[in-house]
Amino acid sequence: MKTGARILVEGLQREGVETIFGYPGGVVLPIYDELYDSPIRHILVRHEQAAAHAADGFARASGRVGVCLATSGPGACNLVTGIATAYMDSVPIVALTGQVPTSLLGNDAFQESDITGITMPITKHNYLVKRTEDLGHIVREAFFIARTGRPGPVLIDLPKDVSTREVEFEYSDSETVSLRGYQPTYRGHPKQIEKAVDLILEAERPLLYVGGGVISSDASPELVQLAETLGIPVTTTLMGLGAIPCDHPLNLGMLGMHGTRYANYAVTETDLLIAIGVRFDDRVTGKIDTFASQARIIHIDIDPAEIGKNKRVDVPIVGDAKSVLKDMIARVQKKKDYAKWHERIRSWKEKYPMRYRKDGALRPQYVIEELSALMKGEGIIVSEVGQNQMWTAQYYCFKKPRGWITSGGLGTMGYGFPAAMGAHFARPGETVFDVAGDGSFQMNIQELGTVSHYRIPVKVAILNNRFLGMVRQWQELFYDRRYSYTELPPVDFVKIANAYGIDGMRVEDPSEVRPALKAAIETEGPFVLDFRIEREENVFPMVPAGAAINEMIGGPCE
Amino acid sequence: MKPHTLSVLVENKPGVLSRVTGLFSRRGFNIESLAVGVCEEPGTSRITIVCIGDDAQIEQVMKQLNKLIDVIKVSDLTENDRVERELALIKVNAEPGSSRAEIMQLASIFRAQIIDVGAKTLVLSVAGETKKIDALEKLLRQYGVKELVRTGTIAILRGSKTVKSAK
Ligand SMILES: Cc1ncc(C[n+]2csc(CCOP(=O)(O)OP(=O)(O)O)c2C)c(N)n1
Repeated sequence: MKTGARILVEGLQREGVETIFGYPGGVVLPIYDELYDSPIRHILVRHEQAAAHAADGFARASGRVGVCLATSGPGACNLVTGIATAYMDSVPIVALTGQVPTSLLGNDAFQESDITGITMPITKHNYLVKRTEDLGHIVREAFFIARTGRPGPVLIDLPKDVSTREVEFEYSDSETVSLRGYQPTYRGHPKQIEKAVDLILEAERPLLYVGGGVISSDASPELVQLAETLGIPVTTTLMGLGAIPCDHPLNLGMLGMHGTRYANYAVTETDLLIAIGVRFDDRVTGKIDTFASQARIIHIDIDPAEIGKNKRVDVPIVGDAKSVLKDMIARVQKKKDYAKWHERIRSWKEKYPMRYRKDGALRPQYVIEELSALMKGEGIIVSEVGQNQMWTAQYYCFKKPRGWITSGGLGTMGYGFPAAMGAHFARPGETVFDVAGDGSFQMNIQELGTVSHYRIPVKVAILNNRFLGMVRQWQELFYDRRYSYTELPPVDFVKIANAYGIDGMRVEDPSEVRPALKAAIETEGPFVLDFRIEREENVFPMVPAGAAINEMIGGPCE
Repeated sequence: MKPHTLSVLVENKPGVLSRVTGLFSRRGFNIESLAVGVCEEPGTSRITIVCIGDDAQIEQVMKQLNKLIDVIKVSDLTENDRVERELALIKVNAEPGSSRAEIMQLASIFRAQIIDVGAKTLVLSVAGETKKIDALEKLLRQYGVKELVRTGTIAILRGSKTVKSAK
């Protein structure tokens, strides 16, 4: 006989789970008691939101499923932002929540909340387990659903009596998951792939537009191979950074609201847009009617609902990016000469490089460039949300997939620091940096406690402008500089770090940037760097909301 | 923009209806009518949904429905040869005397049944296409409809074609 809690913990082990992030409470005590003697390591966070983000960071860095655990009611509700973040960026996590005993369900019992109801719109699927007998199978199904097809978060809600009840239970190795309502398509349709290849060979000005789907399907090598074989330039979304090395001659960098001018001009002039693992998000497309309006569009995505959702597509291909790219490469024989197109792109690149002012002030772009130079494309860079995120996306040279972790879809402030903790457990030997804003960092600053407790060697680089910078930038540009509630009083982050037993350093001059970053990297444990940057620095270029993406403001011609 | 009749085969599990209807509301799709019941395959239910939208919207509705793990199959019956029925129960004012006779006459023309006779009311039961029920309802309004209950449309394909899971 086994209790539900035991079945759960065994199930987690069978799914290969080594680390979970959580926070205890009354109804999950049976699970915590089971964890006490289990080989699974539990990391006690300081707020459940951080547990969900850490599971998410773990998943993005490793390509495996991240797991978090919280108690019922307030604990479960605190996971919500983290689950929604994972949902928007298609990240595989399994969230475990405790629930009041089945006999009290629906009675507004102490610490009851309808977490399956609450998370229905932000999970790929969720379960309220009513019978201990079903638990083993549900755990297996949950992991299967989270990591297959278009990945996403799955929640399992466990009433206390379900985890304490004992039933006869043995895992069988032959058990497999088969769901008649869930049959993802991995192979692209050969006819469609053929059509796509024909279009590519006909095109004069093709462009690859790639996103997070290429990262999550580990399709970078195939992407680079296809681009190189045919000589097609590539632009990536925020989520796609690292899919092709930043310094690859075919790479145009990021497109969209804060993309490079040359990427956005290329999208505007391309006659064939090959979209892979992207969803034509409004932050990317700007005014949708004018986005790639001269182009025919090939769209490759594992989720059929993404194809044609925002933009009409000429050749839809439902399938896994890696598999479809392989099939495409196998069909590509002739190489076409897109010389005129490359020439045009080169002239844009020369005319509109990414540039910022170098006048002796401490500018965030410089901090990022220095960080990039020191890291040499190794390690993991995580960001918060706002200007810090965009500067990192623009000025950091990402060389590998899964080296960049950021909240793209939901844009969750406070995501970066806990996600960085999770990323460390996925790849313990590597340097992990959280590039933060002073606003965002204060949204989960309590995790300094967790980092200190377990000596998690996460480095935090705060680009401290004493503003909610990105919002202030909008107020400057579109609200006549009326800085309504976006100024933050200065905080001594080094002192706060010290209070938690963590080393830190404040930096005010450009000359100190490199030594400070070096010190952080060379310190064994966690480290907090407080960069007092120019207060009113802006992120440029920028496409104003609702404009076409070639109508950019700012940049080198500011 | 026209009404589409969708037939949705789902697992008979708790919360499925709420997943389906929740999807409509949060994605801004409108439901005109919805009817649910168990069906021939054990463990499954069939939901018939009538919703209005252009082709792109309906395609998106169907794709989003298909993404739900508990949804087995979604079919748009609109372009197919099908039969549709709805059942309505209508309680209408009917003072003994002339109006009562008129209502009973209307009922027989519409093949509605009188299923309850009260001192001052009649209850009619009528099945048929939505348009027919609308027409009868309109005629009965002049007598005073006290209460009206409709089931929402259900639909099935003509001939041997069926809406079933792939296996
Ligand atoms: C949880 C949350 N609340 C509000 C916002 C809206 N928002 C977007 S950027 C931003 C300012 C971020 O400020 P900070 O973290 O200091 O970074 P900076 O832009 O200065 O680099 C805000 C408030 C958000 N994205 N997430």
